[in-house]
Amino acid sequence: MRLWLQIIIAFSSGLIFGLGLIVSQMANPEKVIHFLDISGNWDPSLAFVMAGALCVFIPVWFLYIKKLNKPLLGETFSLPSNTLVDKNLILGAIFFGIGWGLAGICPGPALVNLTGDTAKILVFILAMIVGMFTAKYVNITNLDRKK
Amino acid sequence: MTELTLVESLIGGGLIGIAAVILLSVNGKIAGISGIFYHALINFKNQLNSIDERLWRIFFIAGLVLSPFIAVFFNAQLPEKITSSWPVLALAGFFVGLGSRLGSGCTSGHGICGIGRFSQRSIIATCVFMLTAILTVLIIKWL
Repeated sequence: MRLWLQIIIAFSSGLIFGLGLIVSQMANPEKVIHFLDISGNWDPSLAFVMAGALCVFIPVWFLYIKKLNKPLLGETFSLPSNTLVDKNLILGAIFFGIGWGLAGICPGPALVNLTGDTAKILVFILAMIVGMFTAKYVNITNLDRKK
Repeated sequence: MTELTLVESLIGGGLIGIAAVILLSVNGKIAGISGIFYHALINFKNQLNSIDERLWRIFFIAGLVLSPFIAVFFNAQLPEKITSSWPVLALAGFFVGLGSRLGSGCTSGHGICGIGRFSQRSIIATCVFMLTAILTVLIIKWL
């Protein structure tokens, strides 16, 4: 029973997340490029997406979720334990920025656009999967540890 | 030039925040889309409750994929065409996938859930990928 409730919550969260991406125009690659292009007619709209999301997330996290012993429907919070700023993080963010700047698409908007320009977004998603599985071969921190 | 959509973007951002807060407070999971997508794909051979761990992720992704059908009721639509060429899309997808795994997160995981918890790693990652993306757009424009 609890598993199904968790699944309904996950589905609803995905649905609302996707709705937010579309309503905010974050799912529109052209809009993203005009946001990233600060040299011409800069469109600052998408800065408001992060602002809007953080206006909700920050107070709820600090005033409510952080004080919970466990999630409402789960045993533990799955939060990242790594606090180290390492080479992987920086190199990964650089690669991610290059990819995002090339087409104006990041993982969320890619999945949301699957029912739009399907053929083109499929190319992006398939390449993204290849990139994800390539990551373990470029894992600098692991190489460091092996030495 | 695209039209300013300050109010729509703020409201849409608020919805994203609500979605992330629901997933974290109820299920205890971070709404980092690259991570959810990747872990929905890979095998969980060594993990207990592997089906549980995969199922919620598949349903979260399903929600994302089906969201355009809800958005219609809010008068919001997907772009009809993606203008980037095929090779650019393939290259972009590859770098986004590679970078999100190597850097342990994307715009949602670092940019919202990470920054929202004042995580130093996420703040640095977000600054780096924002700057790199801005530079990439500038370089392409001047080529």
